[in-house]
Amino acid sequence: MYELTGVTRRHTRGKDVVDALAGVDLTIADGDRLVVQGPTGGGKSTLLQMLGGLDRPTSGSVLLDGVDLAGLSEARLTGIRGEKIGFVFQSFNLIPTLTAQENVETALVPLGVKPRERRERAAEALASVGLGERLGHVPGELSGGQQQRVAIARALVKQPRVLLADEPTGNLDEATRDEIMDVLETRCEEHGLTFVMVTHDSHLARRAPRLVTLREGVLVPS
Amino acid sequence: MFFTYLRRELRRRRRAALVVASGLALGIALVIVVDAVSSGMGRAQARVLESLYGLGTDMTVTKAPEPSAEGEEDDRRPRFRFDAQGGEDGGEGEDGEKQSSDRVMVQGFQTLDAATVTEVGEADGVAAAAGGLSLEVVTVDGEFTPGRFQQPEGGGRPGGGAAGEVRGGGADFSVDGFSVHGTDVTRPALGPLTSSEITDGRGFEETETSAKVAVVDSAYAKEQELGTGDTVTVGGTGFEIVGLATASSGDAAADVYLPLAQAQALAGAKGEITTVYVQADDAQQLDAVRSAVLEAVPDATVTTSEDLADTVSGSLSTASGLAVTVGRWLSVVVLTAAFLVAGLLTSSAVSRRVREFGTLKALGWRSRRVTGQVVGEAVVTGLLGGALGIALGAAGAWAITAFGPSLSAQLGGAGGSGASGGPGGVMGAGPAGVMGGGMRQAASRSLDVALTAPVSLSVIALAVGLAVAGGLVAGAFGGWRASRLRPADALARVA
Ligand SMILES: Nc1ncnc2c1ncn2[C@@H]1O[C@H](COP(=O)(O)OP(=O)(O)OP(=O)(O)O)[C@@H](O)[C@H]1O
Ligand SMILES: [Mg+2]
Repeated sequence: MYELTGVTRRHTRGKDVVDALAGVDLTIADGDRLVVQGPTGGGKSTLLQMLGGLDRPTSGSVLLDGVDLAGLSEARLTGIRGEKIGFVFQSFNLIPTLTAQENVETALVPLGVKPRERRERAAEALASVGLGERLGHVPGELSGGQQQRVAIARALVKQPRVLLADEPTGNLDEATRDEIMDVLETRCEEHGLTFVMVTHDSHLARRAPRLVTLREGVLVPS
Repeated sequence: MFFTYLRRELRRRRRAALVVASGLALGIALVIVVDAVSSGMGRAQARVLESLYGLGTDMTVTKAPEPSAEGEEDDRRPRFRFDAQGGEDGGEGEDGEKQSSDRVMVQGFQTLDAATVTEVGEADGVAAAAGGLSLEVVTVDGEFTPGRFQQPEGGGRPGGGAAGEVRGGGADFSVDGFSVHGTDVTRPALGPLTSSEITDGRGFEETETSAKVAVVDSAYAKEQELGTGDTVTVGGTGFEIVGLATASSGDAAADVYLPLAQAQALAGAKGEITTVYVQADDAQQLDAVRSAVLEAVPDATVTTSEDLADTVSGSLSTASGLAVTVGRWLSVVVLTAAFLVAGLLTSSAVSRRVREFGTLKALGWRSRRVTGQVVGEAVVTGLLGGALGIALGAAGAWAITAFGPSLSAQLGGAGGSGASGGPGGVMGAGPAGVMGGGMRQAASRSLDVALTAPVSLSVIALAVGLAVAGGLVAGAFGGWRASRLRPADALARVA
């Protein structure tokens, strides 16, 4: 359960002042599926950073299950990210030197899971996204769609409360896009995840159960 | 995960890692070689000292130089007298006779009373004392042709006569010399002979205080084709060679060793010695012992092995010392550069992995863990450089030992300090009657000692330490960058 009130994120560089977010109020219920759209530079990624505890607002509050992420120390925030929040990025962000399995394991490292269990859970997570045969492959040996599946497995392996995806299909062709969306939606439904996805894709936006639009840091009715 | 990740990352960036490791390796190798050479020089110095003094000798006592009183001096200077009438008496007339003359001289012309040994021996802190007499034997061999009265038209030898009356005449001499050491046979543990090993026959017996026996340095024996059982003639007296001694390093202290009393008799120096060899109770307390000895024997010069080390290192250091100094600076410069390059390369590698580290932080990796990963990579790279450097340095040190140059140590030359002189080389005096005053100076000698470059365990430890330090410096550069990355950098469009 997210409750955002008056969330503003101001970037100041010299005399230039940019409000990436300018007073956003937003509530997202547990198990909600929210799609954020809007023109480039509208503040979509910034909003995701606020939700994921990757960045803090300049003002306003971001309550996750009643805890204000804006007021937490970096260490606590890191703990919450490791435990509750899964990320999927547009450019996959896999560690290029690690195998698919090891990449998935990285999400379990901060939780202190023992290596053996880590390997098992990673293998299961990869199997659930259809990559059971590709455990030992490094990202360079996988297609874009497969890499994004690895990233989804990495986001879900720790069984988070929230899944945040920033243009997860932005680098994929249409057929792969639909595959990935399928995987994401079924996984989220299965686990009852709160799912927030940023997209430019009007096709995906149209399919969304709940849609918000960000323009110049402000939520506008869509 | 830590090691898997680390290993993969280093393999991916092996070029950069190799550059960093090589730089460190170069610096570390230099440190090892420089240290090895400098301790090799120390060893060379110790060996030179050993060959001068003998093992166990901590200091020597010699007579303090005093301003020479001319009259006294003249007595002591060697004078060669040849029978100039030989040619005329002989009837055959034409050629001069072959003549030979030995002159036995006390080296440096300065002696102490033999009682000094007892006085020194009783001084505080002295464990043992033994006297020794260093002699120089000069042999002049040759012909002397007297000038002859010539008819004006008769050819004479050039350069001889005066004003056409007496012409011709001249001398053709060769001068040769060797050194003799009068050894206190009752104290076999002290004195210069202890630095030699008896390689044939035997050494002196403690009872042979006045026996006509000699121990000859093996190098000199070879040159003179002498062997055990032969007789060596010194100042007209024959001595039976009972053994050959081989200097354990460098040159021998003397060519011929005789019982002290015999040497004193030869030189006409009964009850006199040139040097007292002193062994201290505690080699660390030499300064105190020196004071005690000087109190007992006020007009003496005390030379400790440290004093000698100074003169030795003085000449040793000219060439190799320069190399060591330059090497030290060079290794500091190279190490600093290597550290800097390692730091910058690591830091720039982190810059290229902004998104990677941002992602890990987004996944919940603590900053410390990410930093640790970077530092770990750097330290392993450093250790790699250390291993490479130790191998390189050891190879370098080995090469120096194997093909290394020999060091030439110039000893003595300082006026009056007979101790540092030891037996000198052949004097370069002309065939004139009276030897030059140059003899007052202790003859200087040069020793050739092979330079070794021993690699010590402590320098290996230092090398490992430097490798780790290099890794930590590089890791600090990179880790600092990594720790400042924000998790939001995971979303950065361009890494
Ligand atoms: N670190 C920063 N410093 C300065 N300005 C920033 C920074 N991060 C974001 N901005 C600005 O904030 C605004 C919103 O950026 P944001 O990345 O949230 O946009 P977006 O909606 O995700 O755009 P896109 O669709 O192109 O991804 C932009 O104008 C951007 O230039
Ligand atoms: Mg964006």
